[in-house]
Amino acid sequence: MEKTKINITDEVAIHISEMNKWYGNFHVLRDINLEVMRGERIVVCGPSGSGKSTLIRCINRLEEHQKGRIIVDGTELTTDLKNIDKIRSEVGMVFQHFNLFPHLTTLENCTLAPIWVRETPSKEAQEIAMEMLEKVKIPEQAHKYPGQLSGGQQQRVAIARSLCMKPRIMLFDEVTSALDPEMIKEVLDTMIQLAEDGMTMICVTHEMGFARQVSDRVIFMDDGQIVEQNEPESFFNKPQSDRTKLFLSQILGH
Amino acid sequence: MSKIAFVQKNKIPPSPAPISEVGVIGWLKQNLFSSWFNTLLTLLSIYFIFIILKDFIPWAWGGHWDTKSLRECLDLNPDVACFSVLTARWKQLLFGLYPAEEYWRPTVTFILLIFSIIPILFPKYFRFFWFSIIYPGLAIWLLWGGSIWSVGIVYIGFFLGVLLFILLLRNITKNMVITGISSILFVILFFIFFSNYLVKNLDIIIPISLPPVESLKMGGFTLSLIVGITGIVASFPIGILLALGRQSNLPIIKMICVGFIEFIRGVPLITLLFVASVLLNYFLPPGTNFDIVLRVIIMVTLFSAAYMAEVIRGGLAGLPLGQHEASSSLGLTYWQSQRLVIMPQALKISIPGIVNTFIGLFKDTTLVSIISLRDPVGLASTIRADQTWNGIYWELYVAIGLMFFVVCFGMSQYSQYLERKLKTDK
Repeated sequence: MEKTKINITDEVAIHISEMNKWYGNFHVLRDINLEVMRGERIVVCGPSGSGKSTLIRCINRLEEHQKGRIIVDGTELTTDLKNIDKIRSEVGMVFQHFNLFPHLTTLENCTLAPIWVRETPSKEAQEIAMEMLEKVKIPEQAHKYPGQLSGGQQQRVAIARSLCMKPRIMLFDEVTSALDPEMIKEVLDTMIQLAEDGMTMICVTHEMGFARQVSDRVIFMDDGQIVEQNEPESFFNKPQSDRTKLFLSQILGH
Repeated sequence: MSKIAFVQKNKIPPSPAPISEVGVIGWLKQNLFSSWFNTLLTLLSIYFIFIILKDFIPWAWGGHWDTKSLRECLDLNPDVACFSVLTARWKQLLFGLYPAEEYWRPTVTFILLIFSIIPILFPKYFRFFWFSIIYPGLAIWLLWGGSIWSVGIVYIGFFLGVLLFILLLRNITKNMVITGISSILFVILFFIFFSNYLVKNLDIIIPISLPPVESLKMGGFTLSLIVGITGIVASFPIGILLALGRQSNLPIIKMICVGFIEFIRGVPLITLLFVASVLLNYFLPPGTNFDIVLRVIIMVTLFSAAYMAEVIRGGLAGLPLGQHEASSSLGLTYWQSQRLVIMPQALKISIPGIVNTFIGLFKDTTLVSIISLRDPVGLASTIRADQTWNGIYWELYVAIGLMFFVVCFGMSQYSQYLERKLKTDK
């Protein structure tokens, strides 16, 4: 369980300051300040509706923020479509419900974006895709369609699909929440392996074991605010805020 | 007290199902005679089919094919069909008033049609798409005649436009909008200033032409196919754009699309056809002679495009939001994600509805008989107005129905094939 911290550099990967977001009149994110270093692995947790998914969806502009700044890899997210496309092609995202393209094979899912966005020649894109599929340990499923795979396999393909874009940052949005218990491990193992490779990761998850084992920092959110953040050891053993204590007692209590 | 603990020690091997549940007997039992009520329904159905065929088969089988008039048929045997009307008039049903010595032209056009459709229907096995591209021009030239260059010039213009687009993109600027607009501008200027001059000179250098045939001569099943197929091909992309426009975040585009769709769907096709045949002349500058077949095609196309848009919107609505999010998160642009991710799935979901609209459009082409174009149904009235065949109904309409049935059934079968082929979840 010894984890390495040598990966963290002092280069800023994501810089968020005074960021606010509203859905109509509902204030979802309130004064978010967050700085993520390159190589850092962050776990975001909190009760449902606390805004944690919205937070990471703002980072690649699936959601628009109304106030404050988000700077990803030195590029600020504004309404400029060019910046948005640039950031999206460098930030990978994996979703709770996989969102694989059901009309394409596993391999085609992985080569689509490299071919059209990066303009990689199709042969090279296929080689990269096979390499990534091997990394998530399902190269033998390359020519099957997503509908023919199990949930765990689909999620691993989704991870491979993101990796094919050679992202510098990966966002994971509750990627194990829709999986059967026996499949959670295979997906977590893939994420652990990624973390060990030094990928900058932000994971919204309820897997506290994963948070302990892999993360450099755990962030607890409630009511659209970052309530507490700390190194996992201290976060789990010595939570400061009452809301954190309550949350931890609820999810670790049984 | 019974014991709760239990451990199964023997594994039971799978055994074949009882004879009465599989094979022909099993099928009959399951599907036709599963209860006394189903048995009753089965027997009733068989009886109904029997009484219909009992009269129809002798009527059709014994029909006359070579009498000179309906009178002659009735004298021979009044109880059987008089197909002689088809023997006498089949050319008219197929070609309308097209000049008889030029019948080869529509015939060749429709043989070539098959070749142009095959690579689109079965892209995996036949790869001569170039023919599908030149076919429309070829068909127009063959059917309407005139100089080949008046059609060829359109191809030349677009070819030069595409060439310019590629050259600009490669050598001058990567900006798609600038290159696109300048190429389109070039094509427009080309058609305004050079095309007449070019056509004249090309005509002198290489004169290839066919005797012209005017639109009012088009008729019969030829006309149905011209209007139907052009309408199908043109309404499909327009329908896709309308569906996307209706979902757009840009309020003005959305308003235009919604307005168009709701207006067109709210008006009967016949009204639109009347507008095309009569009213349009009042709005166009005097002296413009806007081809009647073209006017009808435009109206039919707009009409089914509106329906198509709604069918495709249904497909779009059936897609989970996650598909948009996943393609955005990978960095695909709006148009890329529409073309590569969203549309292939939305269209697949909408195949039954799309084909339904196509079939509807094709059959609706018979409405042009109301604005006195001579499609098969219009011709049937003309033929019945003739003394020789006055009073004939069944034989003509059965034949016309059969022609439409063959085409529509073909479309339906193809759509089912496509659905099976695109099934990826098993």
